[in-house]
Amino acid sequence: MELKKLEEIFQYKIDNEIKIEPKDWMPEAYRKTNIRQISQHAHSEVVGMLPEGNWITRAPSLKRKAILLAKIQDEAGHGLYLYSAAETLGISRDEMIDQLHSGKAKYSSIFNYPTLTWADMGAIGWLVDGAAIVNQVMLTRTSYAPYSRGMVRICKEESFHQRQGFDILYVLSKGTKEQQAMCQDAINRWWWPSLMMFGPTDSESANTEQSMKWKIKRKTNDELRQQFVDMIAEQVKVLGMTLPDPDLKWNEKTSSYDFGAINWDEFWNVVKGNGPCNKQRLNARRKAHENGAWVREAALAHARKQKEKNKAA
Amino acid sequence: MASTTTVSKEDKINYLLYIADTALILSHRNSEWCGHAPVLEQDIALTNIALDLLGQARNFYQYAAELIGNNATEDSLAYLRLEHEYKNLLLAEQPNEDWAYTVLRQFYISTFLFYLYQQLQQNEDEQVAAIAAKSIKEVAYHVRWSGEWVIRLGDGTKESNQRMQQALDFLKDYTGEVFIAANYEQAMQIDMATIQKKWEEKVAAVLNEAMLSFSTNNFSHTGGKTGKHTEHLGYILTEMQYLQRTYPNATW
Repeated sequence: MELKKLEEIFQYKIDNEIKIEPKDWMPEAYRKTNIRQISQHAHSEVVGMLPEGNWITRAPSLKRKAILLAKIQDEAGHGLYLYSAAETLGISRDEMIDQLHSGKAKYSSIFNYPTLTWADMGAIGWLVDGAAIVNQVMLTRTSYAPYSRGMVRICKEESFHQRQGFDILYVLSKGTKEQQAMCQDAINRWWWPSLMMFGPTDSESANTEQSMKWKIKRKTNDELRQQFVDMIAEQVKVLGMTLPDPDLKWNEKTSSYDFGAINWDEFWNVVKGNGPCNKQRLNARRKAHENGAWVREAALAHARKQKEKNKAA
Repeated sequence: MASTTTVSKEDKINYLLYIADTALILSHRNSEWCGHAPVLEQDIALTNIALDLLGQARNFYQYAAELIGNNATEDSLAYLRLEHEYKNLLLAEQPNEDWAYTVLRQFYISTFLFYLYQQLQQNEDEQVAAIAAKSIKEVAYHVRWSGEWVIRLGDGTKESNQRMQQALDFLKDYTGEVFIAANYEQAMQIDMATIQKKWEEKVAAVLNEAMLSFSTNNFSHTGGKTGKHTEHLGYILTEMQYLQRTYPNATW
């Protein structure tokens, strides 16, 4: 079939809400954009295990420890589905991991911030997972079918994580003075980086327009960010805490919250590798991979030997 | 509750703490791998085992707390006891070192727990029997998972075989303690000789398949069961108990 015809069929499917399956023809740029986005999402899940993993051994009760372990395990699972979804586009997991380790592929910058207190486990659940959900609910309707299916499954677990995070903060907010201070401090540190999770403002976003046309994305960065602010500005009242933004104000006209200017210099700095933990996170992943090389080799060698034995028998 | 005429309350509490502490400390060691394992699937598997062990520890602590009374809870037992009050096997607190040490330590302890729970399922104390019956399903998987890894590494490459052999040589000094019963353990009337025999058979079979040589060691470090630990436990507890110690009486 000629290219023009294939493109027409593809666009017809997009326009008519027919999902694109791995074997369908798709423009190279669509394939590449999906690989970039899905692998970035997978890497975010895996790198995202590190800041929370920092508190497993110090969790303050056995119940909280169990919940945290299960949560991080879920994130590893999300990483797996997402790597598999990206593999349907013709890239291997090894290639994606190499791209992460070489710095070619990105992951969400939020995980380059440190987890300094137990309250950060709450703030990550409530704000970081909260922001992720806003984005991921949209992605359940993304046009590439394996990604969309993965998102449906992931969203269910993420909303559970967000409730758990809120619950951690809620208990702290009702606790001792020190716990309340810990709670407010974590909110102060995580609020602005969470807003940055939605990416650059629409006029600066290189990928938004094409992604919207292909229905990979269905809402712009700024629309999603506003949705998040409106949700959190209400929930923070339940905690009796405040968001660190003097310009945050309900706007009757727009029926949403106005909020202050985001520090985009900080955003770009972290993206470029200068966040507080960029080097540490990447080094931790590289080290795990390198230290595990002999284990993976041994597993392969054993599997090969078993196969030969079975053949001989 | 079934009659406990043969076991004093104190012995039973100590015994419950011994199993709970062993499960918790091993869970702690495993959880140190979370996010750092050789491959994502195995990160998930080992975290899963850490979670299972944590669940078993909590069940035993909760029952111990009930017997102790005085507002004891699973958390007061885990977070507010000192090193010398912990009764876990020394084997459980040994550092992760590498994947070989980790899977071998797991295999040794899981195999022991499997044959132990087999007996405890029949225990006259219904609560102990119920916890054992629930846990044995999980432990059966842990034995299989860790045993397969011991075989894989023993048989895999020259390097993995050497690393496995190093782990064997180091950890064998800690396996004997498993079968030397503390006073409170003797009171529980467990047939330790049978557990030891089955454990040795299972370990020998797996190591044989893994092409590793296993020499039983007549010497063994002991003391964990009665609160005399290696230098490692202090660090584990310092980390684990940090928040509870820093903010006494806070709710989390």
